[in-house]
Amino acid sequence: MSRSDPNNSGDPGRRDDERRADVPGGDPLAPSETPDDSVLLTARGIRKSFGDNEVLRSIDLEVRRGEVVVLIGPSGSGKTTVLRSLNGLETPDAGTIDFEGGPSLDFAAPIAKASRFALRDRSAMVFQQHNLFPHMTVIENVIEGPVRVQRVPKPQAIAEASALLDRVGLADKRDAYPFELSGGQQQRVGIVRALALKPRLLLFDEPTSALDPELVGEVLQVIKELADEGWTMVVVTHELGFARQAADEVLFMDGGVVVERGAPAQIFTKPTEERTRRFLDRILRPLDEDGSDSPDST
Amino acid sequence: MADGWQLFLESFWPIVVGGLTGTIPLALASFAIGLVLALAVALMRLSKNRVVSGIARFYISVIRGTPLLVQLFVIFYGMPSIGIVLDPWPSAIIAFSLNVGGYAAEVIRAAILSVPKGQWEAGYTIGMSPGTALRRIILPQAARVSVPPLSNTFISLVKDTSLASLILVTELFRVAENIAAFSGQFMLIYLEAALIYWLFCLVLSSGQSMLEKRLDRYVAQ
Ligand SMILES: Nc1ncnc2c1ncn2[C@@H]1O[C@H](COP(=O)(O)OP(=O)(O)O)[C@@H](O)[C@H]1O
Ligand SMILES: [Mg+2]
Repeated sequence: MSRSDPNNSGDPGRRDDERRADVPGGDPLAPSETPDDSVLLTARGIRKSFGDNEVLRSIDLEVRRGEVVVLIGPSGSGKTTVLRSLNGLETPDAGTIDFEGGPSLDFAAPIAKASRFALRDRSAMVFQQHNLFPHMTVIENVIEGPVRVQRVPKPQAIAEASALLDRVGLADKRDAYPFELSGGQQQRVGIVRALALKPRLLLFDEPTSALDPELVGEVLQVIKELADEGWTMVVVTHELGFARQAADEVLFMDGGVVVERGAPAQIFTKPTEERTRRFLDRILRPLDEDGSDSPDST
Repeated sequence: MADGWQLFLESFWPIVVGGLTGTIPLALASFAIGLVLALAVALMRLSKNRVVSGIARFYISVIRGTPLLVQLFVIFYGMPSIGIVLDPWPSAIIAFSLNVGGYAAEVIRAAILSVPKGQWEAGYTIGMSPGTALRRIILPQAARVSVPPLSNTFISLVKDTSLASLILVTELFRVAENIAAFSGQFMLIYLEAALIYWLFCLVLSSGQSMLEKRLDRYVAQ
């Protein structure tokens, strides 16, 4: 039942050719399709419980091509679970996820394995703890997906991976093992590993929160560049400066619901919901006991 | 005394040959088959299906809860009474493989569980199936963790194969027994056999350290 079995072409989860919309000879960091602003992904009414713990209570989310959606919210509000649901790592209890051009999943019924793989094929996740494969060198980490899963010829995968590593300033680290890299370098490799799959959607789960403060900038810089180049992404982050600059839309989640959504300028300066205002206050002024002032009054 | 020394020298090489042609092949074959079995049992034990994991649990419990000598005798002396007659060598390989399968399964299971969950998820996010993630991502990391305990299992196995002398397999200890019985020098010959087992184990231990070093190359020292 291995999906990487070359004889297993009957598996509808395999749409490698579709997934790898190649840009011949083009910029290795360029997104896999021309950005227009049509809808790429629609999620409706996503619900998820772990036992009695209702973690997501009807989440709606729409991501347009080339758009950067930033999810913010307190710890435990369900942000990671949203990303994992979009990547098929978690199966919601209810709701629908539609990817433009398929797949289209309705979680009311049991989901076929193939559709979950198809969903996973469309997006790639960058984790909080980079989760690089420790037994593989940097270049091996990056080409693993293209070569083993997408069946890209190895020389081509190596050439593409090298170009990507070069773009994030890690050309000289290609034969290093992950433990030999700094946290920021590890996370940049994590990003390159996701990019090498040429996904339609990039998912970032707090990509900088495990890093030492002086390493945060180099990682945010890479993500910002990808955003500027038109990659479509959903980013969970507490870096409000980044969100303000890069986001097209900001969603504030709390208790498993999207409390408020809007343009960054609106959310950060004139939040309409009390809960949003209190959350932003806590992040911007963590030492201030009195959270009654709204951030725009300062 | 000079006679004793003479006997020691004359019997040394035959006993070593018994080790090289009996003990070591028996241990290697049983270990190789046992590891494959152990991996299967470990995966069954990790299965969410209760029947499947129950079967694995039962197997491990029986193997670990009964003496190896009894397992060996059941296969060689017991099975003929239900119509299955096996030669000494196949009987020994079956018994030792089943035994390794039970002990190594727990080692492999623990090693698989010691790989962080994020490694599975990183495999999934690059599109791998569980089988591919297991093979490419999880097992290589689990292998590193399980080399020390599995090496110990192997070294124990090398020594345990002396039990095969009781079902007429010509291995190191059976050669020594024959010489001892023939010469009457039990103390001398049995100590010599012990010495040769010990030498074998020293070689295996140094092989183990080399393997560990090699597998540790990607881990911060
Ligand atoms: N696999 C799981 N099993 C049980 N509870 C979980 C699991 N994953 C997440 N949760 C719970 O779901 C809630 C939301 O978690 P998460 O999505 O990680 O939130 P966030 O990323 O916003 O911090 C938390 O209460 C967490 O304990
Ligand atoms: Mg989280």
